[in-house]
Amino acid sequence: MSTPARLHGVIAEFTNPTDLLRAIEEARAAGYQRMDAYTPYPVEEVSEALGHHGSALPGIVLVGGILGAISGFALQYWTSAIDYPLNVGGRPYNSLVSFIPVVFECTILFAALSAVLGMLALNGLPMPHHPIFNAPRFALASSDRFFLCIEATDPRFDADEVRRFLERQAPRAVSEVDA
Amino acid sequence: MATTALPSVRVPLDHPLRKAGPRALVVGLVALAICGLWAIFDPQQAVRSYLIGYLLWLGIALGSLAILSIHHIAGGAWGAVIRRPLEAATRTLPLLALLFVPIALGVGLLYEWAHPGVVAEDPILAEKAAYLNVPFFLVRAVIYFAIWLLIALLMNRWSIEQDVAGDPRTTRRLEMLSRATLLAYGLTVTFAAIDWVMSLEPHWFSMIFGLLVMGSQGLSAFAFAIPVLVVLMSTLQLDSAVRPQQLRDLGSFLLAFIMIWAYLALSQLLIIWSANIPEEISWYLRRSIGGWRWVATFLVVFHFALPFLVLLSRNAKQRGVILAAVGLWLIFGRWVEILWLVAPSYETNGFSLHLLDILAPIAIGGVWIWFYLIHLARHAVVPVYDPAFAEEEA
Repeated sequence: MSTPARLHGVIAEFTNPTDLLRAIEEARAAGYQRMDAYTPYPVEEVSEALGHHGSALPGIVLVGGILGAISGFALQYWTSAIDYPLNVGGRPYNSLVSFIPVVFECTILFAALSAVLGMLALNGLPMPHHPIFNAPRFALASSDRFFLCIEATDPRFDADEVRRFLERQAPRAVSEVDA
Repeated sequence: MATTALPSVRVPLDHPLRKAGPRALVVGLVALAICGLWAIFDPQQAVRSYLIGYLLWLGIALGSLAILSIHHIAGGAWGAVIRRPLEAATRTLPLLALLFVPIALGVGLLYEWAHPGVVAEDPILAEKAAYLNVPFFLVRAVIYFAIWLLIALLMNRWSIEQDVAGDPRTTRRLEMLSRATLLAYGLTVTFAAIDWVMSLEPHWFSMIFGLLVMGSQGLSAFAFAIPVLVVLMSTLQLDSAVRPQQLRDLGSFLLAFIMIWAYLALSQLLIIWSANIPEEISWYLRRSIGGWRWVATFLVVFHFALPFLVLLSRNAKQRGVILAAVGLWLIFGRWVEILWLVAPSYETNGFSLHLLDILAPIAIGGVWIWFYLIHLARHAVVPVYDPAFAEEEA
């Protein structure tokens, strides 16, 4: 069977998370790798079932936070101890105690910005359009339906075979998604 | 109506914790005997060390009262799983009230304001004498304990009632009690902190000190309840109640309380350091002379930075063994901080650690843990009808 190049994948619609989870497990057991699930609310087990192990985001946030702490300290050290030393009531120019609030704030600021920007970058956002929206009834993914899409980039992808496979998973409907 | 009833799991008679109790008691009594003998020759050192040990264990019991109240108001499965370990800690308050007696008897050995001669020569203390005098000090202590004991009594009684029937009215009553508790807790602990710790150096004052003590007590309660829960989890079947998610939440709470402690401690230091007023900064100077500087550094690194970094990791928070180890380590850290708060009040020549500073916490701790374990074994280790479990199921 030839796979039309214009296909994004084949999508199945489920009415509850249990069926979705079972389908994901079956799909992975059948050897499919490239798939994604869409649910109206976070279902914690789904990302585990999909095999999403750890994201790079915590690391990015940690690095951002450390950079923030260093910049916060460097800013204060440079301004008050090097560039414009000012004697405030006889306190040392390098007053670590009074630097801490700004160091803390910069840590939070940089970590928060890294979290937002890192999340956008890792998700490939902003993305004006995604082919998954070509799937019929996909709007229900934000209401009460659960979707599993096996994508055309999967090495074992074959539109007809995937369709037959998904139809065995007790879905409400199965349809092809145009790229 | 709370619909889901969990199996009522109790500590069985052959459980290792049943043996640990009497052993702790023996260790505690031996240490207590040494402290008692020492007190005959050097009552001053004995009661000062005793105060350190006392504050350490009292912090766990009182912190438990506050955490329980927060749980009854806010809900959440995190609180339901440590509810019984926390409740058992609050039931040690009668013992702690009894253990307060040596402090009441040793007021004169602990506090300089208790000596009329000293007060007469010190205009600042003379001004404060309306509050800082022995009879009023004792009356206040009685009031604190009356309030704490009453709250602990009601909270425990109603909690057990909830186990039997799961009556939503009991749940509601616990919530109302908890609101009053938080208010009473804030006031009593603030005043108790002033009386028992801040007045060790009666010229010194810090508005934030009461909050700092509350933060420390919350931290103590989590640092103690988590190891208890981990031991119960590894020896009893609690899978239906305790899930990895809840351990992670408890780890996050521990992390949050470490940060609260550090935040309040820094706020106090920052304000006093910036103002640099003699009667305030001298408190920190005493605590940074000689070896005390290293104790303060130890607190920053090992009471804050290290546990903070460990608990940032999600994996660490889900591993009971790591979480329990961090908790026990923090209880050691609590002892170091209390030592750092109390001992320099008497010593002006830098760091000194007396043998009794180590033995007294062990003495009180041994007896306290024995008493605690008896109470832990008395009821189901996980509440049967906590509404938080019903929410989990839904």
